[in-house]
Amino acid sequence: MTPTKTPPSSFDEFLDGIWKQNPIFVMVLGMCPTLAVTVSAVNAISMGLATTFVLGMSCMLVSMLRSAIPKQVRIASYIVIIATFVTVVDYAIQAISLDLYEALGAYIKLIVANCVLLGRAEAHAAKNPPLPATFNALGMGLGFTLGLFMIGCVREILGAGKLFGVALFGDHFQPWVVMVLPPGGFFVLAFWLIVFAAFRHFGNKRNAQLQGAQP
Amino acid sequence: MNNDTVANILLTTILPGNFVLAMFLGMCPFLGVSQKLSTAVPMGIATAFVILVASVSAYFLNMLLVHFHLEFLSVITFITVIACAVQLVEMFVKKTFPELFRQLGIYLPLITTNCAVLGVALFQTARNYNFAQSLAYSIGGGLGFTLALILMAGLRERMQLSNVPTLVQGAAISVALGGLLSLSFMGFSGIGGGE
Repeated sequence: MTPTKTPPSSFDEFLDGIWKQNPIFVMVLGMCPTLAVTVSAVNAISMGLATTFVLGMSCMLVSMLRSAIPKQVRIASYIVIIATFVTVVDYAIQAISLDLYEALGAYIKLIVANCVLLGRAEAHAAKNPPLPATFNALGMGLGFTLGLFMIGCVREILGAGKLFGVALFGDHFQPWVVMVLPPGGFFVLAFWLIVFAAFRHFGNKRNAQLQGAQP
Repeated sequence: MNNDTVANILLTTILPGNFVLAMFLGMCPFLGVSQKLSTAVPMGIATAFVILVASVSAYFLNMLLVHFHLEFLSVITFITVIACAVQLVEMFVKKTFPELFRQLGIYLPLITTNCAVLGVALFQTARNYNFAQSLAYSIGGGLGFTLALILMAGLRERMQLSNVPTLVQGAAISVALGGLLSLSFMGFSGIGGGE
């Protein structure tokens, strides 16, 4: 299972989740943790990694069991598989860092209800062999983590004047408190969505121009 | 034990601690089913009902789990019960309102993965609410969710008449609208004894 042995398609699928099909900015899935825990960069990253772990493990298991699970009860089975790994992560985080556990609160358990997970299990893992499924899931998870991190950074810098708990500005910095409050989450997410839309818009335009220029 | 009065919990969950706008629970239907008022209302009511059922069953299930020292199974049991409740609602809506069933589409079964439903079950357990408190929490949560959905749908219906730049169309403008709604709901903070 070394990365070098995987066919190129697996790697493409891995990258897909990070950029082209980024769960947050392109597919707009899993909004609850996206907005709720991104008050600081550390929280955002740990939430992202926890989700990545659950996503990778459950997609691997779903993909291994894909011929054994009857079609009628597949959603229920996926949810039970996901809930199992969420419980594992919940207890692991509690054992590793109690502070983090208290900061993330019930949102760790709420990973179960993250649409990215069920979406991946249903749309990809249930139709593909374990290796590509896991790679795709890990890519999605990392894309999710990246998205959370980008939102968390902006909110922490603007709302608290810090990054990773280190003060960035002088004593005169007046924190933009609304950024760490709920509305700030919406605004920062909207801002990133616009940035991504602009990237896609101008990218498409340039591609169209390039194709038009070719005889 | 938690000492919040029932009225306080009810008011807090509807206005300043609104599930969608302050706690970010149930964002998917909030962004997905809020295009039209005519689908937002039944969706809100269906979700509120599932929240109520989930909360009551989670309360008794939790008593059972605590009795047998099986608290680590809480996530799995809650989500399974919620999935069953959603299945019931889905069958009911399909039989009684087939037209509505088609309009809601994928979002009806997706109530299962609505964080608001699981969130109620988890938060009421975490806060040690007694039965009356949990009931108030779930009813308030359901009402708050419906209110947010209706407000959002009204805003989005109005927005179809306005000229939105291409870049901002779609998800971005909805999220920004949600931010404005959330900002205005912060004005209610202090009602219900505060958070």
